[in-house]
Amino acid sequence: MAEIRLEEAEVRVEDGDAGQRSILSPTTLTLSEQRIGVIGGNGSGKSTLARLVNGLVTPTSGRVLVDGLDVARDGAAVRRRVGFSFTDPAAQLVMPTCVEDVELSLRRREKDRVRRRQLALDTLARFGLAERADVSVHALSGGQRQLLALAGVLATEPDVLVADEPTTLLDLRNTRLIGDVLFGLPQQLVLVSHDLDLVARCDRVLVVEDGRVRFDGAADAAIADYVGSVSRPAP
Amino acid sequence: MSMTVGVYRPGRTLLHRLPVGVKLIGLAIGSIAIVLVRGPLSAVIFLALAVVLALVGRLELGVVARALRGVLIAAVIVAAFQWWLFSLDRAVESLLDLISLGLLALTLTVTTAITAMLDAVVRWLTPLRRVGLDPERVALTIGLAVQSLPGTLALAVETRDAARARGLERSPRAYLTPFVIRVVARAHETGDALKARGIGDD
Repeated sequence: MAEIRLEEAEVRVEDGDAGQRSILSPTTLTLSEQRIGVIGGNGSGKSTLARLVNGLVTPTSGRVLVDGLDVARDGAAVRRRVGFSFTDPAAQLVMPTCVEDVELSLRRREKDRVRRRQLALDTLARFGLAERADVSVHALSGGQRQLLALAGVLATEPDVLVADEPTTLLDLRNTRLIGDVLFGLPQQLVLVSHDLDLVARCDRVLVVEDGRVRFDGAADAAIADYVGSVSRPAP
Repeated sequence: MSMTVGVYRPGRTLLHRLPVGVKLIGLAIGSIAIVLVRGPLSAVIFLALAVVLALVGRLELGVVARALRGVLIAAVIVAAFQWWLFSLDRAVESLLDLISLGLLALTLTVTTAITAMLDAVVRWLTPLRRVGLDPERVALTIGLAVQSLPGTLALAVETRDAARARGLERSPRAYLTPFVIRVVARAHETGDALKARGIGDD
């Protein structure tokens, strides 16, 4: 498994007249488990934490390292190792048809057109989308779109997949389908989710609140902590 | 919502098998000729040629109807102005010319995979690498511009429906402001998604 290290990593944003506001307080962590869950309320900072791992967000201070590579300095190399899947696949699917979208991911790796197409078709087949290869990405169901988005990310065989709320827009059937796909992957998984059943399958879970990791431990204990915190009346 | 405008349909017709460069040059020459050659008779001939090409490419009638609906509305409005300002001949000519241009462009996109276009653009621009141009990035920009049209239309329809649902269908501000914001937001999301996939990193 890859070693993801946050060393006093903090993310601050400009906040108008108020100056800078911290959306992730200085955080130090080492993540090396295969399935890591991140839970927390809306705006708690969990997506920011996830984006740090892929270099989509770089720390304002401190460092984030993936197998020793600094996401701020070695962004391109980090992104070759760490794939990222978004909540809304519509923003992620940028080519007209399914096979073309997967091919786009493979352009850097495979220059030969024929071999690239075959690789893309093989990837689609792995995700049960072989029949949809030439279908418009806009004609897919929500579950199929999320599957295709995952196929596009995983086509390049990254070591780590960061999935930011991948089931939020899906119905129960598709949530289970995507969950089974994610937990069947050989890759290390960092899963940000509000779906506690899904997070319960993780080896380690972080609970994020107000830009801080307030709990870090086994899934059962983390979920109990999170449920307990939202059940208590606000101070 | 199903958006099939201009989406590549695999096939083995003559147009599918033609090299991308030949098709693009053909489209360019055809478009220039349509604009330069004046008169309703030539407009009829160009439209007939465009229809023949669409038939050769085996474009489905439904795809053509959906894709050209917007073009047709715009062409009718333009033709009405031409009739009012100039003559019936000019109106017929502009109506037919716009439909011909739309049909030719549609025929190209339906018979040519975007990835094939990207490969061709990269091939053509590779010599310019020496002067600092990144062919992959230019090709990707062109591909995204072509592909963004259906997504932007979908956003327009969603925003219009949202305005209607709030009883604001007569307010241009209630429609245009959120539409522009959503298009910009989608552009940011797409940029993030491309970056996350490592596209454009090299």
